[in-house]
Amino acid sequence: MIVLGIESSCDETGLAVYDSEKGLLAHVLHSQVEVHAEYGGVVPELASRDHIRYLMPLTEKVLEQAGIGKHELGGIAYTAGPGLIGALMSGASVARSLAWALDIPAVEVHHMEGHLLAPLLEAGAPGFPFVALLVSGGHTLLAHVAAIGRYEIIGQSLDDAAGEAFDKTAKMMGLGYPGGPVLAKLAETGRKDIFRFPRPMTDRPGLDFSFSGLKTFALNTWENNRQGAEDREQLRADIARAFEDAVVDTLLIKCRRALEQSGCSRLVVAGGVGANQHLRQRLQQLANEHRFSVSFPRLEFCTDNGAMIAFAGSLRLQAGQSQPLDIDARARWPMEDLLPLAKQ
Amino acid sequence: MKILAIDTATEACSAALYFDGEINQQYRVAPREHSHIILPMIDQLLAEAGIRVSDLDALAFGRGPGSFMGVRIAAGVTQGIAFAQDLPVVPISTLAAIAQTAHTETGASSVLSAIDARMNEVYWAAYRLSDNGCMHLVGKESVIAPDQVTKPGEGGWTGAGSGWSAYGEILKAAVGPGVLSGQMNECFPSAESIVKLAVAEYQAGRHVPPSQAVPVYLRDNVAKKSAA
Repeated sequence: MIVLGIESSCDETGLAVYDSEKGLLAHVLHSQVEVHAEYGGVVPELASRDHIRYLMPLTEKVLEQAGIGKHELGGIAYTAGPGLIGALMSGASVARSLAWALDIPAVEVHHMEGHLLAPLLEAGAPGFPFVALLVSGGHTLLAHVAAIGRYEIIGQSLDDAAGEAFDKTAKMMGLGYPGGPVLAKLAETGRKDIFRFPRPMTDRPGLDFSFSGLKTFALNTWENNRQGAEDREQLRADIARAFEDAVVDTLLIKCRRALEQSGCSRLVVAGGVGANQHLRQRLQQLANEHRFSVSFPRLEFCTDNGAMIAFAGSLRLQAGQSQPLDIDARARWPMEDLLPLAKQ
Repeated sequence: MKILAIDTATEACSAALYFDGEINQQYRVAPREHSHIILPMIDQLLAEAGIRVSDLDALAFGRGPGSFMGVRIAAGVTQGIAFAQDLPVVPISTLAAIAQTAHTETGASSVLSAIDARMNEVYWAAYRLSDNGCMHLVGKESVIAPDQVTKPGEGGWTGAGSGWSAYGEILKAAVGPGVLSGQMNECFPSAESIVKLAVAEYQAGRHVPPSQAVPVYLRDNVAKKSAA
C-alpha cells in the first residue's frame, strides 16, 4: 500500500510517500522558521496561513519525487493532533478531502506516535518492547512501547520541554530564535565544569523531568558573571556547555532508570533534541557500557516531518483503521487514548 | 455543465451543485461544526444528483473574507478535491456572495455587504447588478472601522450581512442619510450564490489551478513583532 503522509501540527509542512513494500519513496519539507523568527516564537495564525499556501505545491512535489501518480495512492495519513489547532486543521482539510475525492481511506495520526515510530524507518530497527525517549521543543517524555499503539507514559516534564529550555536559555543569552541549535553549537567551544548546573529531579526516585529551573540557573550565572568577564564569548560558551551537560546528564540518568524499571534492553530516541550530537554520543556510550541498544532516527526525521506520519499511518491503514467522512483535529490528544492495532 | 461550490467562511456552512442550469443546495447555520459537516454535505449532493466527483467541470469556494479558520477549511477542502480530479477552481468573494443573496431574496440591485470582522471592524464592499444577473464589485474590498466606510454615492443601496447587525447604526451614520433603502442583517454567504457567480466566471475563463485556491483574509496584520 502506498500512503501519502501530511504533517502540519506546528511550523513545518512535511509531506512524504511511504510504500509498505518498498519503504520511503520521497519526502519534502517546508520550514517556516523565517516567518516566525522576527516574532521571537511561533505565531499560530501565521503558521496556519503558511500551511494552506504550501500544502498543494508540496503534494505535487512529493508525488513527482516519488515517481507516482496520485491515483496510485492507497491511503492518506495526516497529523490530527496534538498541536496548533489552526495548523492541524489546514492539513486535515486537504488530506481528508483528497482521500474522499480519490475514493481511498484516510487515517488520523497522533503526532507523537509519529515521532516514536520514526526510528523504525531506519534499517536495523529495534523490535518491541522498547523504551522511547521523546525529547523536543514541545515534549519531553519517556514511554514504554509494548507494541504499535500500546504506549504507557512512564515519565514526562512537569514544566518546560527540554528543547523549550534550550530555546529560552538561548534567547536570554541573546542568541536569537530558535536558539536551541545555536546554543548546542556554542557549547562545543565551552569548557567542561567551569560552571556546575543542577541535574533536576535526579536525586529522587521517578522518571519525571523539570527543566524550567535550569534556564533560571543559566540566567543567574550569566548575570552574575558577565560584568567582570574579560571574554564574554567564552563565558557564553561555558554557560552553554554547563547547561547542555546538565540536560544531557539528566536525560541519561532517567533513560537508564526507565530501562531498569521496565526491564527493557532497547532504547529509542526521537524528537528535535534527539538531533543533538552530544546527547547521541553520550547515549551511545551509555548503551555500550550497560549493554542495551539505542536507536535514533536520521537527523532530518528527528524534527517534524511527513515521513513519520506516512509510516505510522500506513501501519494503521493496513490494520484496517480509517477515519469517517469527517475533518477532525485536536489541540490536545493523550497518547494513551490511542487504539492498538488489531491482532493480525 | 456541473460546478460544485462550498462555503464555510461564516456561521453558515453550505454546499451547492450547479447541474445544467439547476442548483441544489445544502445549507446549515452551524458555528464550529463546519469541518464535521462539509464533506457529508458534498457527498450527499452528488449522490442525490446521481453523479461522481469525476463528473464535475469545476469547483468554486468562498475564498473570504470571514473567519480565518473557516476560509481555510473551504480552501483546504477545495484544494484536496480539485487536486484529486484535476479540476479548475473559481474563488469567489464571500462579500460578493452576500450581495448576490440579497439580490436574489429582495431584488436589490445595489448592495453594501458587511461582515462583522470583530475587533471593531467590518469586512466591507459595494456591489451593483450587471446585465448577466451577477453582482459585481464597485471600488474595492476592505477591512475597516464601521465609522470609516466609504460613501457609495447616490441613494438606493441595501445593507446586507452580519456587519449590519453588529454595527447598523454606525454604518448608517457613516454612509449618510437617504443612502440606505433596505437592510438584511441575517444574510450569510451561501454556496448557492457562490455557484451562480462562479458559473459566469468559469464561462469567462477566469479560474485557477488547485494550488492557487487560497484564502483572501483582508486582515493581514495579525501579530506583533517582538522588540528583541
